[in-house]
Amino acid sequence: MSVNNFKKYLFDEKVRSLFFQTLVIGIFAVIIYLVTKQTAYNLDKRGIGTGFGFLKIATGYDISISLIPYTSDDTHLRAYFVGLINTLLISICGCFLATILGFFVGIIRLSSNWLFRNIAYVYVEFTRNVPVLLQIILYYTILLYLPKIKDAIILFDTFYLTNRGLFSPSPIFKEGFSIVLFSFFASIFFAFLIKYFFKKKQEKTGKQYPVFYINSALIIFIPIIFYFLMGMPLDFNHPVLKGFNFKGGMVIRPEFIGMLLGLSIYTAAFISETVRSGIISVSKGQREASQALGLKSNLIMRLIIIPQALRVIIPPLTSQYLNLTKNSSLGIAIGYADLVHGFGGISLNQTGKAIEIMFMVMSTYLTISLLISFFMNLYNKSVQFKGNA
Amino acid sequence: MIITNSNLKIHNYYKWLQRNLFSSWINSFLTIIALIFLYKVGTFFLNWTFFEADFRYNFQGDLITDRILCSKNIVPGEYGACWAIIFVRWDQFIYGFYPTEELWRVNLTFALLPLAIVGVLFDKIPFRKYFIYFTFIFPFFAYYMLYGGPGFTVVDTNKWGGLLVTLFLGVTGIALAFPLSVFLALGRRSKMPIIKSICIMFIEFIRGVPLITLLFTANVMLPLFLPDGVSPDNLLRALVAVTLFQSAYMAEAIRGGLQAIPKGQLEAAQSLGLGYWQTNRKIILPQALKIAIPPIVNTCIGLFKDTSLVLIIGLFDLLGIGRAALADMTWTKLYYEVYVFISIVFFIFCFGMSRYSLYLEKKLKTDNS
Amino acid sequence: MTKIKSLFVALILSTGFSTAFAGGHGSTLDVVKERGKVMCGTNTGLAGFGNPNDAGVWEGIDVDVCRAVATAVFGDPNAVEFVPTTTKVRFTVLQSGEVDILSRNTTWSFQRDVELGFEFVGVNYYDGQGFMVRKDLGVTSAKELDGASICIQVGTTTELNLSDYFTAEGMTYEPVPVETNSEADAEYMADRCDVYTTDASGLYASRAGYPDPSQHVVLPEIISKEPLGPVVRGNDSEWADVVRWSLNAMIIAEEKGITSANVDDMIANSEDPEIKRLLGVTPGYGEWLGLSDDWAANIIREVGNYSESFERHIGVNTPINIARGLNALYKHGGILYAPPFR
Repeated sequence: MSVNNFKKYLFDEKVRSLFFQTLVIGIFAVIIYLVTKQTAYNLDKRGIGTGFGFLKIATGYDISISLIPYTSDDTHLRAYFVGLINTLLISICGCFLATILGFFVGIIRLSSNWLFRNIAYVYVEFTRNVPVLLQIILYYTILLYLPKIKDAIILFDTFYLTNRGLFSPSPIFKEGFSIVLFSFFASIFFAFLIKYFFKKKQEKTGKQYPVFYINSALIIFIPIIFYFLMGMPLDFNHPVLKGFNFKGGMVIRPEFIGMLLGLSIYTAAFISETVRSGIISVSKGQREASQALGLKSNLIMRLIIIPQALRVIIPPLTSQYLNLTKNSSLGIAIGYADLVHGFGGISLNQTGKAIEIMFMVMSTYLTISLLISFFMNLYNKSVQFKGNA
Repeated sequence: MIITNSNLKIHNYYKWLQRNLFSSWINSFLTIIALIFLYKVGTFFLNWTFFEADFRYNFQGDLITDRILCSKNIVPGEYGACWAIIFVRWDQFIYGFYPTEELWRVNLTFALLPLAIVGVLFDKIPFRKYFIYFTFIFPFFAYYMLYGGPGFTVVDTNKWGGLLVTLFLGVTGIALAFPLSVFLALGRRSKMPIIKSICIMFIEFIRGVPLITLLFTANVMLPLFLPDGVSPDNLLRALVAVTLFQSAYMAEAIRGGLQAIPKGQLEAAQSLGLGYWQTNRKIILPQALKIAIPPIVNTCIGLFKDTSLVLIIGLFDLLGIGRAALADMTWTKLYYEVYVFISIVFFIFCFGMSRYSLYLEKKLKTDNS
Repeated sequence: MTKIKSLFVALILSTGFSTAFAGGHGSTLDVVKERGKVMCGTNTGLAGFGNPNDAGVWEGIDVDVCRAVATAVFGDPNAVEFVPTTTKVRFTVLQSGEVDILSRNTTWSFQRDVELGFEFVGVNYYDGQGFMVRKDLGVTSAKELDGASICIQVGTTTELNLSDYFTAEGMTYEPVPVETNSEADAEYMADRCDVYTTDASGLYASRAGYPDPSQHVVLPEIISKEPLGPVVRGNDSEWADVVRWSLNAMIIAEEKGITSANVDDMIANSEDPEIKRLLGVTPGYGEWLGLSDDWAANIIREVGNYSESFERHIGVNTPINIARGLNALYKHGGILYAPPFR
């Protein structure tokens, strides 16, 4: 009798699963313990300390692209932030460009014109099947062979295109510009109010108001009026060729442009496929019903197709954004000073603190991707069909 | 008008043109612009690649500072590609720095690779069973051939390069990642909370970090974690990183397949008295994998492209050899030729894989319906 | 099916691991002797210092140091395997045990000696950081470089020195980061940067490979001390001694006038007690190092003394064309000075 009970106990699913899990935890604990012990021993043997104290030490090196002020006297921690900002900068610009290009190409892929459809198809297939690193290096090398500084291509009399970057005038904000800026934001705020107000009116009376034109006029003209009222508080610092380089103005480096081109064109190919399948997924009945209602084709696109397509497009779209952000770590191949290149590469080399630095870099990327996933999930929940689809 | 067959055909072509290319004024205008654009770009590209290009095989000496020096049949004002760099360095592109006397071993392995995969890819071929057996033996055979051992001189992996490294990382990475990803996908859906959380943490961690950081970690930190004297070589470290990376993405693809299986299957299997592993092995996994194959092939294409990242940690894959070739002062200006060549090689492999995936999708549709 | 699958996976893992493990504990000298060859970390390609020639054979003065060590241990200058390393991984490959010596024009500095836990066993080239510009820029001094774009290899002391120098002179510059010197060459030639800065020896080596070397000039300012020499892991003084004295043997040989041509003659006929100790005529000195007594004689015979190595790879008769300068013997106006062999 007791043997039977014991057997029952042994084969009980709960007991087995508990046993198995304890075993797994045990194995992991042992492995982690061994690895930590070995690592500590190795670090000790090589005379490398641990700890994050190195973050307070001056780096001693300069970074070529930096949005916040940074000199070689600044700490490694500041270098980390410079790298982080550079990564975010290229990711945001890249996502922006890639989305525009991706939607554009995606819609062309659905065009009625056979030629356009297939040109877009060739672009998409070629770009998707070649490694992004190769594309980034290719664009950068092409940019490297732009004219030299002395033979700069002059655009519109103010921009200089060379292989050291695109030099353009930089704005100098004089006193009073803050008022102009404030008026700009205020007019955007009023535009929202007006839209809301007129929408309510439309629901009540059924009369349509030219809200779009009113708002555009508001946003464009109010700041311009204030600009002149404040005595034109905007000046430009023009780049002038002095000695080796242009002095003054601002410059967009070829490393940045190369990364931007490579990342956007590559990701746009993927986004275009997502857009295309999203638009196709909207059932034909919707289009037919709206045509039956007498809506014009661009209204159909805008009011019926695209909002429904977005539901299908957004999740894969955000994963493409994530891919682009992770691909920005390839800046190291062409010298773009992103997080992995500067902090993860140079600082790692100079201080030898591989574990701490890699930990920081990986956690940063993890945080960014978790944030993007989190917002995507929020959006997803908000556009779910209420009840059953 | 009498409607004959040929009349009908012409009529159909005309209708097609009208509908597809010239349906409205704007459309016709844009079509003409596109045609002009295509013509200009197409002829330029064809000229550059073939007609004006210099295919001299045994290029010697003379710095190629300017492509005109290379291409002799030029029309003044035009110039062609100088393919000499590809020919001169062909061995490097394909084999890397593999010793010339042993190249036959690599060639043999390359030749047998299709035989090893064909059993897995297509299921209607004759003698499929034998092909599958060969698929299992192939890794050991390939390892023995490529690396060496009793009877064959050892060729260290830091002499491997070019297409050999790319294919090695890609094929081995996929092969090793596959079983791991099946376990991860199953573990993620497991009822045991510990297993589930470990799998979720692993997958989300790998998917959240760029591959380059994993490669750096494997390269720089692995020696720190291992006991004295144990020092896996560079290529193996990259392989570990690539395999772990691929397994996480593949696991997500397989999970999608698992989720698509109706619960009824699981319940039917349980009512038949099948255990956990039996259910998975005989009922769930075969169906899930079938459904998940298109996304799995997508991850494989991604992996193949991502092998190019190893050039950043100093390994000489196809792209790395290309860059090294360009570093030589003689060839520095020929970057278009090198990058176009490498792009074409990658395109052939990746596009081939995506075509295979489409073929599979079609087959599945007809199978299941 | 599962049984086969798991067996197959197990087999793969075990074969993978068996090649990966480079076995062996104990001191580096024992490991090297057991392995039968020295693992030497070199440059990926720096003419004159560490560069594979057309036949794939590694040459250079850094390479010669490794060959000297191999000769000292095995009597064979080819009992060495070269592992090319970028600046990024050079220290980690030494730390991990993948190489026994790092002979890769590495600067001896406080931080590397103390914090990274290495041991610098000597200097085989006294160098300094310099600048190279195109002649047609009309620049004659580094102080005229304000605002220039400068190609710089990341993760090096060069990077830090450059920053310090420009801050001290009150000048600014645009850093153009590159990973290898071949990348720097390409960007310098494309005029992405006006100036290339690295150790002066590297500048001469690069310039020798340009299509028009006379169009490039190395500016007179040397802004740092870059004593370049071989590196080994810390706390293994036995191995460190072997490497240190292999290098010293080459220098002492030049001091004493021993060359690869006359070394056997010297063994037979020399009366100088220091020469007799060095070449093993007086027994016992090799044993203290854990080597055979003719270790130094072998080095001089197979690799040559310091000046032979120098002249062969970077001397005035080579395209690199560097004068002995600071690297001449102390007796001839330079600072090359080895401790006495006694």
